[in-house]
Amino acid sequence: MLLTGAEIIIETLIEQGCDTVFGYPGGFVLNIYDELYKNSDRINHIITAHEQGAAHAADGYARASGKVGVVIATSGPGVTNLVTGIATAFLDSTPIVAITGNVPLSMLGRDSFQEVDSTGITMPITKHNYIVKDVKDLANIIREAFVVAKSGRPGPVLVDVPKDIQLAKCEFEPSEMLEAEPKRTVSDNFLSKCADMINASKRPYIYCGGGAIAADASEEIKALSLKLNAPIGLSIMGLSAIPQDFPNWLGMMGMHGRYSSTKANYEADLIIALGVRFSDRATGDKSKFKRDSRIIHIDIDPAELNKNIDSCISAAGDIKNAVARLLNLVEEKDRTEWIDRIKEIKAEEQQQIAARENGRLTPQKVIAELQKHTDKDTIVVTDVGQHQMWTAQSYKFYKPRTLLTSGGLGTMGFGMGAAIGGCIARGRKRTVLFTGDGSFGMNLTELATAVSQNLPLTIVIMNNGVLGMVRQWQTLFFGKRYSNTTLERKTDFVRLAEAFGATGIRVSESGDLETAMKKAFDTDGTVVIDCKIDMDENVYPMIPAGGTIEDIIVN
Amino acid sequence: MRQDQFILGVIVSNHFGVLTRVSGLFSRRGYNIDSLNVSETEDPKFSRMTILVTGDDYIKNQVVKQLSKLRDVKRVELLPADSTVLREHMLIKLDTKGHSVTEVTEAANIFRAKVIDFNADSVTIEMTGESSKLDAFINYAKTFGIIEMCRAGALAVKRGPGALNGEYFED
Repeated sequence: MLLTGAEIIIETLIEQGCDTVFGYPGGFVLNIYDELYKNSDRINHIITAHEQGAAHAADGYARASGKVGVVIATSGPGVTNLVTGIATAFLDSTPIVAITGNVPLSMLGRDSFQEVDSTGITMPITKHNYIVKDVKDLANIIREAFVVAKSGRPGPVLVDVPKDIQLAKCEFEPSEMLEAEPKRTVSDNFLSKCADMINASKRPYIYCGGGAIAADASEEIKALSLKLNAPIGLSIMGLSAIPQDFPNWLGMMGMHGRYSSTKANYEADLIIALGVRFSDRATGDKSKFKRDSRIIHIDIDPAELNKNIDSCISAAGDIKNAVARLLNLVEEKDRTEWIDRIKEIKAEEQQQIAARENGRLTPQKVIAELQKHTDKDTIVVTDVGQHQMWTAQSYKFYKPRTLLTSGGLGTMGFGMGAAIGGCIARGRKRTVLFTGDGSFGMNLTELATAVSQNLPLTIVIMNNGVLGMVRQWQTLFFGKRYSNTTLERKTDFVRLAEAFGATGIRVSESGDLETAMKKAFDTDGTVVIDCKIDMDENVYPMIPAGGTIEDIIVN
Repeated sequence: MRQDQFILGVIVSNHFGVLTRVSGLFSRRGYNIDSLNVSETEDPKFSRMTILVTGDDYIKNQVVKQLSKLRDVKRVELLPADSTVLREHMLIKLDTKGHSVTEVTEAANIFRAKVIDFNADSVTIEMTGESSKLDAFINYAKTFGIIEMCRAGALAVKRGPGALNGEYFED
């Protein structure tokens, strides 16, 4: 059948399994929006307040569902507003497809109104990008974009469609939904070498990251941990891969990781790294990270092997498949000494946590009180900063894909968009966002989206009136010179929530917490809880950048 | 770590933007390109790049793996220096005022170069060869005075009947 480019975009999106898109209209996507209007019974479009919010929403949707998230934006500022969202998805390996309009082909390169070099700008932050110059290529490019986004190590793809391509007609042949490209698998020889190292190890430590979630490998990794009696430490991206009540769970490792997780990692004689990229936030001083321990590294992306940390042996391949096969090769061992040592470390950690306890309204109390109202499936989103680390340290995650956080790029302002996307991906079930007054300030306009969509979002602002994470560094490393981190804003978040049509609740003391939280969860729609946190509440433990476990600050 | 120059043969899709993707990858990861040559192959769907890079083993490893991840890159291979034919091409214009022209043409003959333009004040020479040979000639030519010169990036193919096989660099 003969279709216009705009019609082809809608048909291929639907054909590739997309039923929800996030976006913002504009001059050079008018034709696409006209088709969205006509096809609103087949494809749902969520309009955000800003293109950045739409990009984060598509990202959050993808993280929560495992499907490809789709965002549409117009040319020029539409594209540049997507950039932070696309880069966030790129650093955290989230599959999204961004479809952008552009000026007609004949106007390209003339600095036309709302023209930017969309593919040029997004080249280093996408897995691949395309500009469509012939309508006959359009359908296959969009199909390929979906395949690229979800294959191997997932990531963002951008398709730039000039206006005349949206208008041009060509014959359209429907296709089926294309699967991701088959994943490479590691060799038997490699696995048998792994098994030898594992069997010889007295203190193995499994370290897994976002790749474990992308590969859906949680069950296999848990089975491996039980068979080996090896504790599991996690990167922030892998945090929801292993339920926190799993016996060998140690939680997040690294700069603000749990003491037990980081300490055990340093004491291990073998690190089995699965779907991680050894980010500097996790490793600290790379030259000392390895010490005497040996490292096995498996990741879907060959370029990650020996990129940040040299491993003893490494291979690129699907983790789920690799660990399932490895399970048959390793010996079941008690490793009592190691397990006892882990218990000791955990006891030390409990003492440190108890020593930090005070009568104040602490973030940990807020998180614990909130958790009484959520279930194991609840999606928890964070922004970036202290509240993000507090959430990663003390919220109890039970199921993969329940934590949506900007781990790699560290994007303040990620939370609102991602919470909207995550909430919609999970059938509009109640979704929690932990944010700070700094991060929330960046994209709080998306409250408008949440309210107009009547989304059940519970937004907890850890409001300390300062840019807490930067302030913490200023406290510890810059002689308490608080350059531009004391905000002194007069924003009333309760009234702000009400102005947007949401419910606002304020919590100033820990005594108010229980009632306030109950009220929040008894309220429908979008609720903002403004929690007054002391500005000197720091994130502990902390290993200063480039440090080791020797440098850990626990209180 | 030891810095060596290495030679990459790369087959890429022959369409716009590919050179930007490849050169952008080098610049954003901080790898230096010594020279880069690109042109269409016998199959117009593909172009071939020859890239000379200086770096240690870590950079060598990363360059190959990161290039392999680009959608438009079809094959990447590190060409072994000892079994690869490498050639450069150069045009160089020399100032011959105050010198006898035969001096220049003789030198060109010794270097198996060709005189391709000639007038009262200058001679332009075309020369092909390994980098060291070109360097030697440039050094010699300085005695005359170099008016201008341009040098193409190296071209390289492996000796023997094989073509690029594009295996990943092994860990």
